[in-house]
Amino acid sequence: MTDAIQDGPMLAADGRPLKRSLARALRAQKMRALMLIAPLLLFILVTFIAPIVDMLFRSVENQIVSETLPRTVVALEGWDPSAPPDDAVYAALAYDFIAAAERREHTRLGSRLNYETTGISSLFRKTGRGVDDIGEDYADQFIELNEAWEDPATWTALMGSADWNTANSGDVDGAGTLFQLSVAAREAFPEASDAYRSFARTIQAEDDDSPTAEEPWNPVYMALYRDLSAGNGASYDGPMADLIAEAMPAVASFEGMSPREAFEDIDDDWLDLDVWGTIEAFSDPFTAGYFLSSVDLQLTPEGVTAQPEEQRIYLLLFWRTLFMSGVITISCILLGYPIAFLLSNLPTRSSNLLLILVLLPFWTSLLVRTSAWKVLLQQQGVINDILVWIGLVADDSRLALINNQTGTIIAMTHILLPFMILPMFSVMKTIPPSYVRAAKSLGATNFTAFRRVYFPQSIPGIGAGCILVFILAIGYYITPELVGGRTGTFISNRIAYHISSSLNWGLAAALGSILLAVVLVLYWLYDRIVGIDNVKLG
Amino acid sequence: MDTKLPPYATTGQRIWFYGFRVICGLIFFFLIAPIIIIIPLSFNAEDFFTFTPGMLALDPEAYSLHHYQDFFGEDGYPWRGLMIGLGIGAAISVVLKVWKGSTNLFPILIGAILGVIIGKLTGLEGEEWMTPLRNSLMIAPVATLLSVSFGTLAAIGLSQTHVPFKGAIMAILISPMIVPLIISAAGMYFFYSRIGLQGTFWGVVLAHAALGIPFVIITVTATLVGFDRSLTRAAANLGANPVTTFFRIQMPLILPGVISGGLFAFITSFDEVVVVIFVGSAGQQTLPWQMFTGLREQISPVILAAATILVAISIVLLATVEMLRRRSERLRGIAPH
Repeated sequence: MTDAIQDGPMLAADGRPLKRSLARALRAQKMRALMLIAPLLLFILVTFIAPIVDMLFRSVENQIVSETLPRTVVALEGWDPSAPPDDAVYAALAYDFIAAAERREHTRLGSRLNYETTGISSLFRKTGRGVDDIGEDYADQFIELNEAWEDPATWTALMGSADWNTANSGDVDGAGTLFQLSVAAREAFPEASDAYRSFARTIQAEDDDSPTAEEPWNPVYMALYRDLSAGNGASYDGPMADLIAEAMPAVASFEGMSPREAFEDIDDDWLDLDVWGTIEAFSDPFTAGYFLSSVDLQLTPEGVTAQPEEQRIYLLLFWRTLFMSGVITISCILLGYPIAFLLSNLPTRSSNLLLILVLLPFWTSLLVRTSAWKVLLQQQGVINDILVWIGLVADDSRLALINNQTGTIIAMTHILLPFMILPMFSVMKTIPPSYVRAAKSLGATNFTAFRRVYFPQSIPGIGAGCILVFILAIGYYITPELVGGRTGTFISNRIAYHISSSLNWGLAAALGSILLAVVLVLYWLYDRIVGIDNVKLG
Repeated sequence: MDTKLPPYATTGQRIWFYGFRVICGLIFFFLIAPIIIIIPLSFNAEDFFTFTPGMLALDPEAYSLHHYQDFFGEDGYPWRGLMIGLGIGAAISVVLKVWKGSTNLFPILIGAILGVIIGKLTGLEGEEWMTPLRNSLMIAPVATLLSVSFGTLAAIGLSQTHVPFKGAIMAILISPMIVPLIISAAGMYFFYSRIGLQGTFWGVVLAHAALGIPFVIITVTATLVGFDRSLTRAAANLGANPVTTFFRIQMPLILPGVISGGLFAFITSFDEVVVVIFVGSAGQQTLPWQMFTGLREQISPVILAAATILVAISIVLLATVEMLRRRSERLRGIAPH
């Protein structure tokens, strides 16, 4: 051996250390692989993963309450749920509600909260019509005191910042620039200035009107009354200070409904603790409410409680989905095992021919197979006709095979059977026949040889087929929708109903997320048992 | 199980042997009969969904094509399309004859088929079945093209020896096949509404492309498993650059896998109904959607005519995929079983 023994690291042909050269080559290889995969990965992330994430987000998202009623949500903090809230909360509600009604958002919020407590939707709609009148008595008394209160210019001078007033003086076309509050007004009249700003910006955005041309909403007068009677603005010395000085002593003699009385006047339900409890419970921007509804629970001020008896449907539906998927999977095993066994033991030529009988349904449109069953299973359909003709069933008592669980199970077993046969077949093909022969030659009967030798080796195929069929079954929508009637539908049908008919997207998203979690667990199991790389088609 | 009954079999063994075959026969009957039975029913002269006495007596009067007439409608220009298609096909054949000297009638056949289909589907005005068919035939090929081009590239990347995070990437790419369609549909409906794709042609195309990708990945990676890497090394050794190597060496060998993946992607889009209902709007109504509406509302026998035509299409696709699979196995030197 004359190999020169090198000192130090081994070098590649170009003189670099071999280790580093190899690492660089490996890195280049990895980069190249990633570059090839990147376009598709990006595509899937945008077109598929992002929608799934969006759905998960929607299942807990609940910004609608805090966006529509921001002041009320703040005022409600620390509310004692045993009595209706105090006047400050009702006043905040009045300012929020009139702005929401102007933006036509109160009905949307009403329908959202109606999912939690029935009756809120109509309460909100009724309030939307009556909220204009809240504070009207105060407005009249202010105007009676001094007609200047009727003039929009008084209000803009009082509330608007100097810069804003300069920019919007004279004839303003349209909405003018975004209303800005003056610092003095904000400090002197916290409630009225906030209510006025809300008024000004809402009419600018919604009606394209300038506050210089519009008298404020009645609740704004109420806000000013509440500020003045609380002693706010005693030291105010900005524009219109004389009007304030005149009103200050006068408000003591003003008479009118308190905010709570005003709301009670619109609808008694505003004193209902359930309504306030619902608003409070859903005031967080994120909620577990949809998920609780998905499992027949609800969020109340007292904490999490069960839904009323007649509204508990989802657990039953989840249970039914799992139960029927289980029945379908078992039927598929019972029907699929003999076929896979036969196919794997016949000579290649005949098994290939018979395999086509399995593959043809696999390739045939789902809608075709479902319509076939819909036609066959009808009361006046082919199967009932044959049964009547044979004499098994009397003509006047034809079997109800469709629009119930039977229909769904028959049709889905047929549709999913190829997904059971194909994985079983690919496992059984690899079982050497010599094992069974050996068992028999050692004295086992046919049955023992099958039970002790063949069957245990075919279990991986059964497992793969089961999980595949079960995963596909619990998410099925089309077939149960068409042949399931009322009792044979799955959780997917309910999800579709909430997306397109009841428009309760949050609940649809929560139901979908639960279903997704179940499927992902099963998928993980499938990956552990079979491996996703081993999925074969056709 | 032995394929032939030995002469010394006992009575019990005989009963078991034939009994088992009868059971299997019944299961095969269960698998195939529902698909086969709708074919004669679609020729029913009446608007019934069962065999009329006349049909059972094989009376020609009881059979008719009028459901097919309703399916195809009267709009469109199939004959004009046929003529133009034949003309273009013949021209290509002549060019090939002059240029390469080989007689090839294939372009004429393809030209005629495409000509009839395109001619029939132009100039439609609200036809109940032809408009959805046209939408299906516009959406599916574009979605397939997207899935196949992205999917093949990624499958080649995935089959390299060193791929970081291979498991995670594979799980993400396969997920559209695993996630239940109703969940994909819900998520896409919410998300595509946000970004303005809901109710558009491209929204449906992107959604269908995403659903078809797992099939392309699975079939193409399966073809690449048996791929002999020394072939690309030999090509590189002979001076070919990577692009030439890909198109001259690798592509022809994995082409069967790519085509069958494409067929899977095509059939996925062509058959898909849940996602298109949510992501699409009336302007993208596809054939399965029309069938779904028909089945849910007033079921008309024209659906059986449509179903029969779809069965014929699936037989053609199945035959193609089987042929490609065998060809691929032969090319890769795996003996056909």
